[in-house]
This record gives sequence, structure tokens and C-alpha cells, in this order.
Amino acid sequence: MTNKRPLVMIMGKKDGLVLKLDDQCAYHDLLEELKARLSERRQHYSDGPLLSVKVEAGNRYLDPAQREEIQAIIRSEKMLVVEEITSNVMTVEECDERLRRQSLLQVRQTVRSGQVLEAPGDLLVIGDVNPGGQVVACGNIYIMGALRGIAHAGADGASDKVIVSSLMKPTQLKIGSVFSRSADVVEQEGRYMECAYVDPNTGRIAVDRLQSYIKRFHGLARMSYEGVK
Amino acid sequence: MGEAIVITSGKGGVGKTTTTANIGTALALQGKKVCLVDTDIGLRNLDVVMGLENRIIYDLVDAVEGRCKLSQTLIKDKRFDDLRLLPASQSKDKSAVRPEQMAKIVEELKRDFDYVLIDCPAGIEQGFRNAISGADQAIVVTTPETSAVRDADRIIGLIEKEEHIAPPKLIINRVRSHMIKSGGMIDIDDIMDVLSIDLLGIVVDDEEVIAASNKGEPIALQPSSRAAMAYRNIARRILGESVPLMSLDENKGFFKKVKQLLGMR
Repeated sequence: MTNKRPLVMIMGKKDGLVLKLDDQCAYHDLLEELKARLSERRQHYSDGPLLSVKVEAGNRYLDPAQREEIQAIIRSEKMLVVEEITSNVMTVEECDERLRRQSLLQVRQTVRSGQVLEAPGDLLVIGDVNPGGQVVACGNIYIMGALRGIAHAGADGASDKVIVSSLMKPTQLKIGSVFSRSADVVEQEGRYMECAYVDPNTGRIAVDRLQSYIKRFHGLARMSYEGVK
Repeated sequence: MGEAIVITSGKGGVGKTTTTANIGTALALQGKKVCLVDTDIGLRNLDVVMGLENRIIYDLVDAVEGRCKLSQTLIKDKRFDDLRLLPASQSKDKSAVRPEQMAKIVEELKRDFDYVLIDCPAGIEQGFRNAISGADQAIVVTTPETSAVRDADRIIGLIEKEEHIAPPKLIINRVRSHMIKSGGMIDIDDIMDVLSIDLLGIVVDDEEVIAASNKGEPIALQPSSRAAMAYRNIARRILGESVPLMSLDENKGFFKKVKQLLGMR
């Protein structure tokens, strides 16, 4: 074999290693090369602290089993932790799924008792969600009307989603795996748009005016920005 | 060709049968040919409310199973020549009739009558499926109670999915104005807010309704009862007239008003 360029390039960065994998060679050769390169450089990092590793597969598609295999090889070197494996290639199914998750489903109807509305991405309901009715979305839920039933945003577990409603009187709210039930005593009578989100400080669902939520969200973003500088 | 209207509610005991009997009577009073159909097989009541129980010979199941002609099952009302009742069977259950058989019977009745009113059983199972199968329109009956409104909402959702039925209309039954004022009953506006369908009428709670149905005399025939007026107004709205809603406040007599002023009531 005449290797002009190595099949695996190992680069040291400030926050860990980056492994660039060749995307033209056979997969089997790649694994062999990976094992060889890692073991020959073992003395460089074996006595240091834990190193995070990013793997860049280039234009090679890696199925879950192959990802697992590469991860196992890297993990077998002590002190190396795989942070992520990236590839420029994805299957059509994965692409469709990603598109579905980013889609916005618009529904113009009253969701009545006993009806369940599900969306793979975000959900926009133009109408009310009545008591006994349910709206479920993997993304965010926006209701242009009254929410009196059950809403579940981030149905696949994401807790960074929000539920927005013109009139927030839900029987139950769920965001990701966080659950909240309506207060048994109804307090305020405010008629402004409200937003439910998981408060990162308490880990519980908080309901606030939409404006306050946006302000807060922006405030947080600015702080972390300054922190970087 | 007449129209078939199903009267339904989801919840039991809100007054479907009473409403059917009275709207039917009020429509007959307006000179229409009306047939009332009881689909509550096994728990029939409409014949009792109409006072026609002792005249039943054949019933719905007999007609479906071909033991008699459809015309033989129809019972003529005591008061109106153009009002008929198709009674349900008391000894069978809901599974004795399939939705397509019911639809065929209703189709046949629509040829001879201006209005076919179908009294639906409580629930959302086969009895409900049978009752709505032949209907062109639907009236949902509810009362100002949270549970009844919840069930009405469920039923409206189910009816809206049926393409052969026009958007349902609402009757709010057994309204007690003093309880709404004191907050013990839900406000009419709040009900309309949740259900968001057209309101066909509001019927006040009236003890005479119970007395009348026990006697087998539909209340709609009594000239001055407020519930009777409400039913007659509903019938006129079904016929296409625009009739304003009655005020909920009772018409108090002079002495009652004086007594109220003096704080004696």
C-alpha cells in the first residue's frame, strides 16, 4: 500500500483531540489504521488527564453499529473519551426525520374532549384546546386560543421546549419529562399571552407572560456571551 | 324528502328524551309531519313520555328483522294525526341493530315525514353509532354542569367527524337563573365559550316538565309554561324563523315582586 496521506489524522486542539478519518479508503483499512495510530501515540496521553476526542468522518456514512465500533476502539485507549462523531452524510430517512422534527403543523380546529392531536415537530393550533382534549408535539406548542386541556411539548424528552397559549388554563402541562398540574384554586384573571417553560434553576415548569419569558431568555443569552469574552 | 335530526348528549339524564318529545310535539303543532324514533333499545322511554306505551305492538327491531312492515311499527299520537312514534324494543339490546340498517330505516321515514327526530341513547358506543348513522343534522343537549358540558364537547367532536351530518347545534337544558347568579351553575357564556357551536335554545328548569312527562303529556302543549315556550321557540328556529332568546328571569307576579322588595323571599 502506498499511503501518501495517512488514513487517520490526529490533531491536538486546546480542548482535546480531533481525529480526521479518510473517507475514500475501505472501512476495514480505516479501523486497522485507527488502532495502529492510537497505539503508537499511546505514550503521549496515557499519563495525562482525560482527553476528549472529536471524530470527523468526512463524506463517509457511518451507521450506528460502525459508530459504536469506532467509539469502542477509541474508548479502549484509557484516558480517551469520545465527545462526538460527525459525518457530512446522512440517510434519506434521517434527513426526513430531521425535517419532520423541524416542521410546523398548523391545525385550524377546536381540539375537543377525547381528541388527541400529535405533531412530529412544532404545533400551531388555531382554536381552543378544551378540557379532556390533548395536544402533543416533539417541538414547541403554540395555541392561538384557550388551552384548557392537556399540552405536552418536547414529547421525545427535550425539556427546552415551550408551550405558548393566548389563554393559559390547562388541566396539565408536560415539557419533556417534567410534569405540572393546574393549581386547584384558580388565581389570576389576566388575559395576556402566556408561555410555559422548564425553569433551569428549579427544574420545574414555570408559567410567565410571553414578554417576560423572552426578556429573560435574552438576558441569559447576553450573560453567557459576556462570559465567553 | 324530510330531514333527520338526531338529539344526543353523551351524558345520561340531561333530557334528551324530553327534548325529543317536546320538539316533536312543537313541530307537529306547527303543522309539520313528524316521526319520533327511539333508538334506546333495551331502555326505551320515549313512548312513556309521549303516553303511548300501551299501544306498542311492533318495534324497531321487528322492522329491522323483517317481522313486520315499517309502517306497522309507527304509532299515531293521541293529539296530532301527523305525529308518529317508532318505538325501540325493550327486550333486546343495542347490538340488535346495525348502523347501516338504522340508516336505511331513517331514509325510508324521510320520504313520508318532514322531520324525523332520532332520540339517541347515552354513551358513545353502538347505540350512539346507530342513532347518528341516518342523521342529517344533530342537536346536542347539555345542562349547566361541568360534567355534562365535558361530555357534550366529546360528542360534538365525534359528530364533527361525521361528514353526512351538518355542524351540530346546542340546547342548554335545565337552566336555573338564580343558581347561575349565585355562581352554583356555569354561566351560559362560559358554556358557549368552551363548546363554540350555534345555540339553538335555552330551556329553563321547570318542575312541570317532570309532572307532564309522568302524565305522558309533552309540556310543549301547555300555553304558559316557560319551558313549553322555550321548546316551541326551538321548533320555530328549526323551521328557519329567527326567534330571540327568552330572558332567563322569571316573570314574577306583583305580590312576589313586593315581597322581594320587602326582603321576604
